[in-house]
Amino acid sequence: MKDQQMKKMIKGIAAPLPLANVDTDVIMPKRFLITITREGLADGTFADLRFDNAGGPRPDFILNKAPWTQANILVVGDNFGCGSSREHAVWGMRQLGIDACIGTSFAGIFYDNARKNGLALPIVSPETRDLLLQAAGNGAEITIDLSGRTITAGDIRAPFEMDAATQTALIRGRDDTLDSLEHAGAIRDYEAGLKSQMRVSVIK
Amino acid sequence: MSRTLYDKLVDAHKVCDLPDGDMLIYVDFHIMNEYTSPQAFSGLDAKGLDVWRTEAHLAVVDHVNATRSNEPHDKASKLLIDNLESNCTKHDIAFYGLGDPRQGIEHVVVPEQGLVIPGMLIACGDSHTTTYGAYGALGFGIGTSEVEHVLATQTLRYKRMKTMRVLIDGETAPGVTAKDIIMKVVQVVGAGGANGFAVEFAGSAVRHLDMAGRMTVCNMAVELGARAALIAADEVTEAALQGHSHSGRFAFYGESWHSDPEAVFDNEVAIAGGDIEPLVTWGTSPDQSVPITAHVPVASDYVSPKAKAALARSLNYMGLTEGQSAQSIAIDTAFIGSCTNSRIEDLREAAKILEGRKVAVGVEAIVVPGSAMTRIKAEAEGLRAIFEAAGFEWRPEAGCSMCLAMNDDIAMDGERVASSTNRNFEGRQGRGARTHLMSPAMVAAASVAGHLADVRNFK
Ligand code: SF4
Repeated sequence: MKDQQMKKMIKGIAAPLPLANVDTDVIMPKRFLITITREGLADGTFADLRFDNAGGPRPDFILNKAPWTQANILVVGDNFGCGSSREHAVWGMRQLGIDACIGTSFAGIFYDNARKNGLALPIVSPETRDLLLQAAGNGAEITIDLSGRTITAGDIRAPFEMDAATQTALIRGRDDTLDSLEHAGAIRDYEAGLKSQMRVSVIK
Repeated sequence: MSRTLYDKLVDAHKVCDLPDGDMLIYVDFHIMNEYTSPQAFSGLDAKGLDVWRTEAHLAVVDHVNATRSNEPHDKASKLLIDNLESNCTKHDIAFYGLGDPRQGIEHVVVPEQGLVIPGMLIACGDSHTTTYGAYGALGFGIGTSEVEHVLATQTLRYKRMKTMRVLIDGETAPGVTAKDIIMKVVQVVGAGGANGFAVEFAGSAVRHLDMAGRMTVCNMAVELGARAALIAADEVTEAALQGHSHSGRFAFYGESWHSDPEAVFDNEVAIAGGDIEPLVTWGTSPDQSVPITAHVPVASDYVSPKAKAALARSLNYMGLTEGQSAQSIAIDTAFIGSCTNSRIEDLREAAKILEGRKVAVGVEAIVVPGSAMTRIKAEAEGLRAIFEAAGFEWRPEAGCSMCLAMNDDIAMDGERVASSTNRNFEGRQGRGARTHLMSPAMVAAASVAGHLADVRNFK
């Protein structure tokens, strides 16, 4: 119960990342994808923005500067998360300690991947986003109320969009695979209706 | 009730509504590769779950393998390839590995094997799964958690998208290809302009495309954010299915896989086919393109300070100056390959330009056929000989290669590539690498000229 209470609110320092079209190659460069586990991806996250070619931190990148080294929220540019389907991008952001990204639009696969991993993606208007970018740039603390679908930062108070299924998933932290298997009967009924029209049997 | 093609596809696959607003939809066919599936299989194992229907899945090695030989080039890629094979063996799933005559880039292999039929729903842990919309099938990319979900339940949790129709009427000019059509759409709608939408491509310029061209269009629709791309099934589609082992078994599933004439879309975009020119990208997002006869934008083309800053950032990464003419951009490398443009039709188009010509001195040119079957066909047609005589390196194995540089084909810092691929993101083809997207014929033209060049001047 306590866990669930906590998950309804996401609170913390937010880093402004105003670039548009930040793609999953930027979030998680491919050299970190040669792995069969979900772990060990924190260092890969935003690697080319955070580190120079010699591996040293780039001092002018926002997540390398105080107080944003502590950020658990990002305020991002339009169309964040576009590009490949790699869920590694979301795993890495979670491992880096990011709990939410506030933006105006997110790529579809990235949005679904985020939901599966407890990363909240509240969608706000461009005006609200610009205000929040400013607040974040001043080091303000932002609070995201998932159940009330509102964001507050100082005297900014704004609603955000999030579909009901994603909201529930984020608050409850459920396992979609196990939940869906509760509908095994309906899946079997659907398959029975397909009968001989059952689509492909792949040749081994 | 008039329905769009998209709505017909969703309706046909709906298993049930879920209380929270999602629905469960049935996945007819699911494709896996070696880099987005390992954690899905370990998820199954951790939860003690079996694969729901083993014969509905296919696994292909394509992303990490070297294309110089059919042996993994390093330990890390071998680990991924072996992991996929052992997961498939364990769960009795079809596996097309290195050396298999059916191996290749997943989105090239699947249609080639006759595994996509109008009316199907196809999922794959890869964003370019939109390719199958070319057949009037609903294909879309999923993440690894969803791969696990499909393996365990043969379904996905799904939310109906909004619908957009992109109407491209009118004849396109000579030299304008399917790649230019979709690059134009990306330019007009914008990267992310179709987030939340399923996009249907219609109009005479689309109808006139062959299946390879339709696949190129639907493939790159994901660059506008489309979660699905569709083209109505017609006689061209039906002809393409002839002779495939699976096709006889699916009589279009009792539906007509096109939008009803009165169907209403949430959004409509119209582009005149006759206005489209051969395009090249100059920036680091696929919507940053100009006609080959034009120049790179200048800051005064933009109003907002944000847009001016974005221009400066892209130009800086790309090593270009404002207002530079597109044809003055010299290249280091020419790459023909990827699920967008490595089919036999693409290789033929490029070979037409290369026949009797030579790659410019100092340009490294590589062609990676999309699949083993494509390669064999191309060799039989004499295309390999044309590419090699021109100075292209002809790769003996198929795979994604320099499209995303997860194998040993990595462009160097600052290296400039004319590429028939789909993404010009920062670092996509290698850290600091500079990508210019264009049609395969335009890549061939650039390889000969040594700089970005107008294919229409190569008669
Ligand atoms: S060719 Fe490129 S875009 Fe296509 S599946 Fe491979 S990596 Fe992805």
